[in-house]
Amino acid sequence: MPDGSVGQSVKRREDQRFLTGKGRYVDDLHRQGELAAVFVRSPHAHATVKNVDKTAAMQAPGVVAIFVGSDMEEDSIGSLPCGWTITDRHGEPHKSPPHFPLVRDKVRYVGDQVAVVLAETLAQARDAAEMVEVDYEELPANVSPAKAMGAALLHEEAPDNLCYDWVLGEEEAVNEAFSKAHHITKLDLVNNRLIPNAMEPRAAIAEFDTGTDGYTLWSTSQNPHVLRLILSAFVTGIPETKLRIIAPDVGGGFGSKIFCYAEETVCLWACKRVGRPVRWTADRSESFLADAHGRDHVTHVELAMDENGEFLGLKVDTTANMGAYLSNFASCVPTYLYATLLAGQYKTPVVYCNVKAVFTNTAPVDAYRGAGRPEATYVLERIVEAAARELGVDPAELRRRNFIKPDQFPYQTPVALTYDTGDYEASLDKALEMIDYAGFAGRKAESNARGKLRGIGFSAYIEACGIAPSSVVGSLGAGVGLWESAQVRFNATGTVSILTGSHAHGQGHETTFSQVVADTLGVPIENVEIVHGDTGQIPMAMGTYGSRSLAVGGSAIMRACGKVIDKGKKIAAHLLEASVEDIEFKDGNFTVAGTDKSKSMAEIAFTAYVPHNYPEDLEPGLDETAFYDPLNFTYPAGTHICEVEIDPDTGVTEIVDWVAVDDFGKVINPMIVEGQVHGGIAQGVGQAMLEHGVYDESGQLITGSYMDYCMPRADDLPSFRVGMTETACTHNPLGVKGCGEAGAIAAPPAFINAVTDALGIMHMEMPATPEKVWRLAQQAAAAE
Amino acid sequence: MPKVTITVNGRQESREVEGRTLLVQFLREHLNLTGTHVGCDTSQCGACVVHIDGKSVKSCTMLALQADGSEVTTIEGLASGSQLHPMQEAFREHHGLQCGFCTPGMVMSAVDLLQKNANPSEQEIREWLEGNICRCTGYHNIVGAIQHAARHGSGA
Amino acid sequence: MYDFGYHRPTSLADAINELQRAEDGQVMAGGQTLIPTLKQRLAQPSDIVDLGQVDELKGISEDGGALVVGAMTTHAEVAASDLVKSKIPALASLAEGIGDPQVRHRGTIGGSIANNDPAADYPAGCVGLGATIHTNQRQIPADDFFVGLFETALEEGEIVTAISFPIPDKAAYAKFPNPASRYAIVGVMVAQAGSTVRVAVTGAGPGVFRDHAIEGSLAGNFSADAVGDSSADEGSLNGDMHASAAYRKHLISVMTKRAVSAANG
Repeated sequence: MPDGSVGQSVKRREDQRFLTGKGRYVDDLHRQGELAAVFVRSPHAHATVKNVDKTAAMQAPGVVAIFVGSDMEEDSIGSLPCGWTITDRHGEPHKSPPHFPLVRDKVRYVGDQVAVVLAETLAQARDAAEMVEVDYEELPANVSPAKAMGAALLHEEAPDNLCYDWVLGEEEAVNEAFSKAHHITKLDLVNNRLIPNAMEPRAAIAEFDTGTDGYTLWSTSQNPHVLRLILSAFVTGIPETKLRIIAPDVGGGFGSKIFCYAEETVCLWACKRVGRPVRWTADRSESFLADAHGRDHVTHVELAMDENGEFLGLKVDTTANMGAYLSNFASCVPTYLYATLLAGQYKTPVVYCNVKAVFTNTAPVDAYRGAGRPEATYVLERIVEAAARELGVDPAELRRRNFIKPDQFPYQTPVALTYDTGDYEASLDKALEMIDYAGFAGRKAESNARGKLRGIGFSAYIEACGIAPSSVVGSLGAGVGLWESAQVRFNATGTVSILTGSHAHGQGHETTFSQVVADTLGVPIENVEIVHGDTGQIPMAMGTYGSRSLAVGGSAIMRACGKVIDKGKKIAAHLLEASVEDIEFKDGNFTVAGTDKSKSMAEIAFTAYVPHNYPEDLEPGLDETAFYDPLNFTYPAGTHICEVEIDPDTGVTEIVDWVAVDDFGKVINPMIVEGQVHGGIAQGVGQAMLEHGVYDESGQLITGSYMDYCMPRADDLPSFRVGMTETACTHNPLGVKGCGEAGAIAAPPAFINAVTDALGIMHMEMPATPEKVWRLAQQAAAAE
Repeated sequence: MPKVTITVNGRQESREVEGRTLLVQFLREHLNLTGTHVGCDTSQCGACVVHIDGKSVKSCTMLALQADGSEVTTIEGLASGSQLHPMQEAFREHHGLQCGFCTPGMVMSAVDLLQKNANPSEQEIREWLEGNICRCTGYHNIVGAIQHAARHGSGA
Repeated sequence: MYDFGYHRPTSLADAINELQRAEDGQVMAGGQTLIPTLKQRLAQPSDIVDLGQVDELKGISEDGGALVVGAMTTHAEVAASDLVKSKIPALASLAEGIGDPQVRHRGTIGGSIANNDPAADYPAGCVGLGATIHTNQRQIPADDFFVGLFETALEEGEIVTAISFPIPDKAAYAKFPNPASRYAIVGVMVAQAGSTVRVAVTGAGPGVFRDHAIEGSLAGNFSADAVGDSSADEGSLNGDMHASAAYRKHLISVMTKRAVSAANG
C-alpha cells in the first residue's frame, strides 16, 4: 500500500546515525598504511617562486616525501579546468589560464599550494612543512575587482586581468526605453565576498591498488561523478574505469564542494607515486584561504520607469571577481546564472547587462548557495526599493504593479528564460497578511517611543533551479550535460534500492526520495533504501547543486519507477492470465481491470527473480535505470518581508520579525523544505548583516578565522515564520521546484531594505555592521 | 610517552599519548570515537563538545592529559543502547539537524543547558548556543528541539 | 602544535618547582587561550605546567569586606556563585558573559588576567573594582598589574594565586562584543564605593585603562546623564574592520551609561 507519505513531514531516516555519532565523514575513515599530507601554502598574494629547498624538511622525523609542481609536471598532471566557456561580446572564448594543483612558477593568492609534505603522522607532516624553505620574489598584488583591470598582471594569457567582457540583452532597445523614461533610479552597489564555511572542512583520502591498477578517492564532494569526469578527462588521465570516487556523509556543501580542488588532486596523484594511501583534511584556517569563495561583485544599475511607475527598462553593469584562477564553474555564475535572472518577477520589457570578469590575487570565486541568483536579486530588489522611495510609492504596491500576472504564463523574459508558472501576487498578499503590514506604522511609532528605529523590507525574488536542458546549456558553453540518473533495483524479497546520482549533504534525500518511491511504487517506506555518493555503485550522474536534486534527480527516480511499473504489468499479466493493457497499477498492486485478481509489487519482484512461471519474451529481474534531462529550469519564487529595529546609540540591528512565503510547487516533505528555508535565510542574513571576506591591500585575508569572519550564531537570528503558496511546476513529473537556495537569495535585499528603511536612506553596503549603521544613523539624525 | 587514563562513556581507556595530543584527537584517533568532530581551529564552532565530569567543554581546546582521571561522555555514550536520549529524540522530532556535522556538539551542549536550566527561554537557549555554530539550520529548529526537550522535562 | 613536556602538579610549591626546572616552561591555567595559541604554533614552550590539579588555587570566599577568588576558579564557577551574586553581582554577570559556556567551564580568572588580552573582560573587572592581585610572591594593585598589550607586572616564575575584590556599593559591567569573536570591542566596568567611582575600559585600547574624565563626572553625580564623552585619546584606541577608534570612543560613553544605569538598578 502507498503510505501516503508524499506531502507529509516524515521524520528523517538519516538522523539516527547523525544523532548517535555514527555518521561517516571522510575524516572519520582510515586506510592501512596511510600517510598524512600537509600543504605548504604561499604567505604572499603574488610572487615568483625562485626556489623550494626541501633538504632540511626531508630530514625531519617521519617524512616520506615532499613534492612540488615540477614533480606533477613530470607525470603530466594537468591544470584544473573550467567547465563552462563563456563567449565574450566579440565572439571570443573567455581566458582560462592554467591552474596547476601545485604551482610551477608563481603564486597568485595567499594560500596557493607550493608543495606537499607526506609524513607518517599529521603532526610530523606539520612539523616538516614549516621547514620547507621557499624563496619568493614578491610582486605587486591586485585584490580589488573594481581596480583589477590595469593593475598587476596575474596571467600572461589574460591581458588587463580580464577573463571576459560579456553582454546579454539589446543595448539599443534599452537605451531607447531609457530615452522615454519619466523617472530613472540609479544605484551603485557591492555584493560582498563570502566564504562558504560548510561545517565539515574539505578532506580527501586517496588509495592506489597495485593489484587492479585502480584508484579510490574518498572526497567531500557534492558530485562524485562530476569530480571523476574532471579528474579523468582533464587532469590526471586515469581512466574512469580505474577511478572510484566515494563521497560518504558530507557535512554541508553550499556549492563549495562542487569543485575539483588542488588538494584532492595531489592526494590522488601522490598515493601511487609513494605507494601508500594519502589523507588530507583541511583545518578551518585552510578552508578560509583555499575553499572557493562566493559573490564579490561591483555593480551599477539603472531602472527606467514611466509616469505610473511601470518599469520600462533595466541596465546593469557588473564587474565580477574570479579570484586568482578560474574555478570549475566560476565563469557561468556571473553570466548565465546572474544576468538571466534580472527580470525577476517583473514584466520589464527590456534588460541589458554587461559583465566584466576579472582576475585578482584572491582565492578563486565560484558558486556559493544561490550562485549568481542572489547577486541578481540583490541588484533588482534594491533598485526597485530605491525607486519606490524616490517615487514615494508604497514598495509593495510598486512591485505589485509590475508583477508578471498569473495569466501571462508561460512568460518569456527579455533575458532568455521562459517562466512556466507562478503567482507572485499570491505570495506577496500572504506575506503582507502574515507580517500585518497594516500594523507596521503603529509598531514603528512604538519603537520610536523607545528610542529605536524600525524598518520594514521586502524582497520579491525569483530563482531558476535545476539548470537545464543539456542542449541549451551546451550551446551556451557548458562542458557537461545537466541531466540526472536513477536506478530502481528491486530485490527478490520486495525491498528496493534506489541508486541516485543526487548527493545529500544535509538535504535529507534519504527521506524525501524514499517518500516519493514508497508512494509511487506502493512499498513500505522502510523497504526503500537510498544509495548515493559512490561512482562504483551508481550509474553516471551529475550530483547536487543549484537546487536540482528533487526536480531533476527525483524526476529520474520517477522515470525509473515508471519503467519498473511497465515491466511489472507484463509479469502480472502473465501471472494473472490477462492482457497487459488490462493491468492497472495502483496502491502497490497490479490488478486486472474490473476484477479482484491482483498481484502485489512484492510478488511481482519475487517472480522477476524466481521466474519459474514467466513470460517467454521478457528478461528476468526488476532493475531499471533512467536518465532525466529537464525541459526547463524550475522557477520557485516568493516574497520575504523583514522587520528590524535599530539601536541608534550603538548601531546594533535586531531582526524582530521575518516572514517568508515561498512557492516551491508541490512539496514532498514540508518539514525538510521549511528547514531549507530557515538555513537559506540564515545564510542570506549572514551576508547582509555579518559576513564579509576581506583582503587587505597586500592581499592578506584579514577575515581568516571565526575570530574575524562573522558566522551567524543562534543569538543573531530570530525564529522565522514560513508560509507557502503553490503553483505546480508544469514540466517535471513531481510538479516540484527547487527550495535549497531560496532563502539565501531572498534574504539579503529584504534585510538591507529594512535597515535602509529604518534609517531613511537610499542605500548602504553589506554587511550592515553596527558601526556602519551607527554612522548612517548619526548622519540621518544630523540631516533632520 | 606519558600515559593517560580516562573513563570514556563508562569504559576505562588507557593510552600513551604525546603531550600535545588534544582530547579530541584522543577520542577520534586513539579510541575511534569519530562522532566528536573538528570544525575549526580557534575554539569557536563547538562541533567537538563533549562532557567532562558532567560539564560541556570543547575537546579541541583541552589536552588529553588534562583529562587524566576524568569521566568523559561523548555523543556515542548519550543513548542507552538503542534508546535515544530525549535530546536526541527532540532533535529528530524537530528536524534540528541537516548535514549532521555540528549535531554531536550541539546535542551535547543542549543537554548541558537543560542540566543547568530546566526551563530556558528562547533567548537563553540562543545565548547558550553561542559556542556552537551550525551552517545548515539557521538554528530555528535546534531552538525548537531544545524547547521541546525542556517541555518534556527530560532533555538533561 | 609543537610537542612539549607536560606536568600536572597538585600543589603550588610543586608547580613552582616544575616551572623552575623547565628550560622554557609555561604555566597553563584553563588553557582556553593558551591551547589555541599553541595550535597556531605561536608559542613553543619546552614544558607545560598545568595548574588544573592545584586545589589550593580554587574557590571563592569572603574576607574582610572583599571577595577572594582563587586563580584557578573558572568563569562558570564565578558566574554561578551565590556569594559573588550577592556581594558583587557585576562580577558574576561579567563572568557569565565571557566566551561561551564551554569556555567558561574551563577558562579561569587567573589565566585570563595573566594573559591580559586587550579585549578580555576580567582586566576591566579587576581595575574597575579596584582589585588586588595575589601572587606566590606579593600583592599587586590591579592598577599596576596590567602593563600593556598581553603584558603584566608578573615576573618570570611568578604565579597568580588569587584576586581579591573589595565589595563596592554599586557596580555593573556593560560589554559591546565583537560580533565575530565575541571578545569585547568595548567593555566597561563601573563601580562606586563611598565617594570613589572607578570606570575601567577594556577592548578599546591596547590594554585596560581607567577613564578618569568620566570617573570625575560620575563622582559628583552617579547617573547615566552625567556620563559625558570619553576622555580617551582617539589616536591611542584600537581600530580595525569591526570598529574604528572613533566608534570605540563613542561606545565607551554608551557602555558606561548602560553600566551606570544597571548599577543604579
